[in-house]
Amino acid sequence: MLGKLTWNAIPWDQPIPLVSASVVFLIFIGVIVWIIVKGHFPYLWREWITSVDHKRIGVMYLLLGLVMLLRGFIDAIMMRSQQALAFQAEGYLPPEHYNQIFSAHGTLMIFFAGMPIVIGLMNFVVPLQLGVRDVAFPTLNSTSFWLSASGAFLVNISLLIGEFARVGWLPYPPLAETTYSPGVGVDYYLWAVQISGVGTLMTGVNFVTTILKIRAPGMSYFRMPIFCWTALASNLLIIAAFPVLTAALAMLQLDRYLGFHFFTNEAGGNMMMFINLIWAWGHPEVYILVLPAFGIFSEVFSTFSRKPLFGYRSMVIATLFICIVSFCVWLHHFFTMGAGGNVNAVFGIATSVIAVGTGVKIYNWVFTMYGGRIQFSTPMLWSIGFIVTFVIGGMTGVLLAVPPADFQLHNSMFLVAHFHNVIIGAVLFGALAALTYWFPKAFGFRLDEYWGKWAFWFGFLGFYATFVPLYVAGLLGMTRRLQHYDIAMWRPWVLAAAFGVVLLFCGAVAQVIQLVVSIRRRHELRDETGDPWDGRSLEWSTASPPPAFNFAVLPNVQGEEPYWTIKRRSIETQQMSAEPEYKPIHMPKNSPTGFFMGFFATMGGFAMVWHIWWLAGVAAAGIYAVFVWFAWRDVDEYEIPAEEVAAADRARRRVRQEWLDANAKAEEFA
Amino acid sequence: MINSVEIMLAIVIPTIIAAVVMAWWYRSSNARAVYRPDWAYSGRLELIVWSIPILVILLISGVIWVGSHELDPAEPIQSSEKPLKVQVVSMDWKWLFMYPEQGVATVNKLVVPVGVPIHFSLTSSTVMNSFFVPQLGSMIATMNGMVTQLHLQADHPGDYFGLSTQFSGDGFSDMGFTVHAVSKDDFAKWVDQAKAGQGPVLDRAGYDALNKPSTKNPPTTYRSMEPNLFHAIATQEIPPGAGIAGTDVGPGVRPKQEH
Repeated sequence: MLGKLTWNAIPWDQPIPLVSASVVFLIFIGVIVWIIVKGHFPYLWREWITSVDHKRIGVMYLLLGLVMLLRGFIDAIMMRSQQALAFQAEGYLPPEHYNQIFSAHGTLMIFFAGMPIVIGLMNFVVPLQLGVRDVAFPTLNSTSFWLSASGAFLVNISLLIGEFARVGWLPYPPLAETTYSPGVGVDYYLWAVQISGVGTLMTGVNFVTTILKIRAPGMSYFRMPIFCWTALASNLLIIAAFPVLTAALAMLQLDRYLGFHFFTNEAGGNMMMFINLIWAWGHPEVYILVLPAFGIFSEVFSTFSRKPLFGYRSMVIATLFICIVSFCVWLHHFFTMGAGGNVNAVFGIATSVIAVGTGVKIYNWVFTMYGGRIQFSTPMLWSIGFIVTFVIGGMTGVLLAVPPADFQLHNSMFLVAHFHNVIIGAVLFGALAALTYWFPKAFGFRLDEYWGKWAFWFGFLGFYATFVPLYVAGLLGMTRRLQHYDIAMWRPWVLAAAFGVVLLFCGAVAQVIQLVVSIRRRHELRDETGDPWDGRSLEWSTASPPPAFNFAVLPNVQGEEPYWTIKRRSIETQQMSAEPEYKPIHMPKNSPTGFFMGFFATMGGFAMVWHIWWLAGVAAAGIYAVFVWFAWRDVDEYEIPAEEVAAADRARRRVRQEWLDANAKAEEFA
Repeated sequence: MINSVEIMLAIVIPTIIAAVVMAWWYRSSNARAVYRPDWAYSGRLELIVWSIPILVILLISGVIWVGSHELDPAEPIQSSEKPLKVQVVSMDWKWLFMYPEQGVATVNKLVVPVGVPIHFSLTSSTVMNSFFVPQLGSMIATMNGMVTQLHLQADHPGDYFGLSTQFSGDGFSDMGFTVHAVSKDDFAKWVDQAKAGQGPVLDRAGYDALNKPSTKNPPTTYRSMEPNLFHAIATQEIPPGAGIAGTDVGPGVRPKQEH
């Protein structure tokens, strides 16, 4: 009846996972009960859970990503502290638990923190920057989100029921086959990643369609803000790479569930095929995460230097260059499998060629600052911190691309330090810059700068304190994923890295305090005009937070920096453009499709993990039923009457007019 | 490796300095800095911006091409000495070293003569591992059903630590071993002692006993070995290790390893 599921699935004999998992679940259930008792549920259901508004979905993605980021960071704290203790000792985490922790850390950080944060930012920003009302397929967008949430939920269920994968964040066979990993951990991983992977692929389709087909009038490709370009490149990579991931994992699932032999030791299986396939996805994945971050930095450098981006077309070319070359480098993840001199050399060179694209971008950002009037707000600090950090990470990356060096450093702590250097230095710094930069647009008030700067300095210095020692440990031969070790010369560096994590923890605390303080001081930090940073692209032309329809009238784009141009003209002529004629707007109706899809996907994933076949059948039928029910809907849009649109837009124009008048007075005095 | 670091540092350090200086000089409170609100393009600068990274990468590509051929692990080391053959099998969770020419074998310790090139042939009885002795040079993966090649040479006598650098399951952290690099005479003496000693015999039965998951195996020397054992493992004539399935609570929930 319940497949493999028994009471033994709960780790009764292991206090650490039992207690931590119970606390997490009590909090989770407590929050749900609180919501229902306080009567917030109808509001949440109406305005958020069933929302197909790209801004709301973006915010939910970010919330999911940030919570999972904290969860992954707790794993990191456990790993660093275990290694600090486990010198010629067992430490406090036995291997079967420690191995789950580093596997969960990688899985969460890439799939359930990095991806949701990046996709959330694209969701929130891209339609606003393109000057349109929503993405191409709003309900699909909501479904994508709920499938990601479903995957994240499955990973977290594994804390309490059963176990998570103990094979690393990529389930290399044959270790991940049933012979060597008979438990449910790998199955949790596979179903969680497959379900969220479907969601990600649909996001890719959605955003490529949106960017290629739906833009404001006059917004030609070479007038799109650079963030939209990087989002386009990132989503093209998603469409090309995620099917590879799905196929590779599906083959592993066939091995595990139906006794196939794609990657087993026996019967002609070949595990090298899996490793090729997974990295044919895995390397582009890095650029899926990092290209949008490059876009964010481009926006931030330009805005806070009060200048247009230097070499816009160069940036676009460099982005697309990286997008294509990133598909030609995957073999550098396994030079040490022994492919031979020619193959290794070709892939080593291809890898370092990517550095041309990133190098060009770095110089263009530096020249964007040249001749600027730079304000050191928190997003700008993160961006400068990014340049300093990322060039070091890029350098160690090129070094690892040199095969003779990689034969010494592959899988070492040097490698660990390198990819944290680029992912933290670019993706996390970028995400935090973006959060501070676009937060006022989403919520109508700015984030507290004082605590933001503390978060930056702790994060920036904490990063170096943690990962410079790991670079050294790697050069001394320390490999990754060690639960304990006996080599005395590694120890000081491992302890230093543990201290670095304390600084990073302070950074995380400062970031949370920033959020709390800002919410409490929201009236002081209110952004009335919708343009708190003197921005240049279209998202700053609408109110903060933007109305459901984003723009009362779709903007008519006449240059690379449409809003900057309009703003300059208004300031020069001291008047705003004439009031447009307001028309009723049709917006997509809310739909619980996504939520129900996510619900049945979670059920199906859980059932498959535990071999509860009848429940998996119910879930499949449920998904089909929801799909049919959605496909047969009669009404998919609702109308916002012209008066309502006019009222909202007139309020915005009134604030802008006040700002313009105040500006004029200030100039008279000056 | 050192070359490429120098090439890159020559470009990375000025870039970091330029970024910080640029940001500081053009701070909004610096009245002496000239504000150029519309300056966004310069053909000459674009040319420089593209050519610096391209030139650097051209240089590094040369280093990569030469290096990956000269230092390929499968490439024999030039030497007047006849290479010593060592066969390596990674197991759950220990290393088996076989000396086919000497007819002895060891677990979790490797004895090699100084100044003699060593030709390793490597495979795995189980999941993928990676053989690595940091002080001697390159690492190489070990995979079941396949044989990889590695050439190393110890130039100085001493004890070096070795490890697996590819995660291989719950006993992975205990896959360390010690390399004893000794003089040629001492090596010959060690082989003689091993053959004459009381160590166990590595035949099929001995191998089957070894092929069960275990950790912390003490360093052991076998006084003799079956000649074709490595071939039989690499060609899967001896089936791969059975893994941890069925060793404890059965397939299902949370199998535990035996320490």
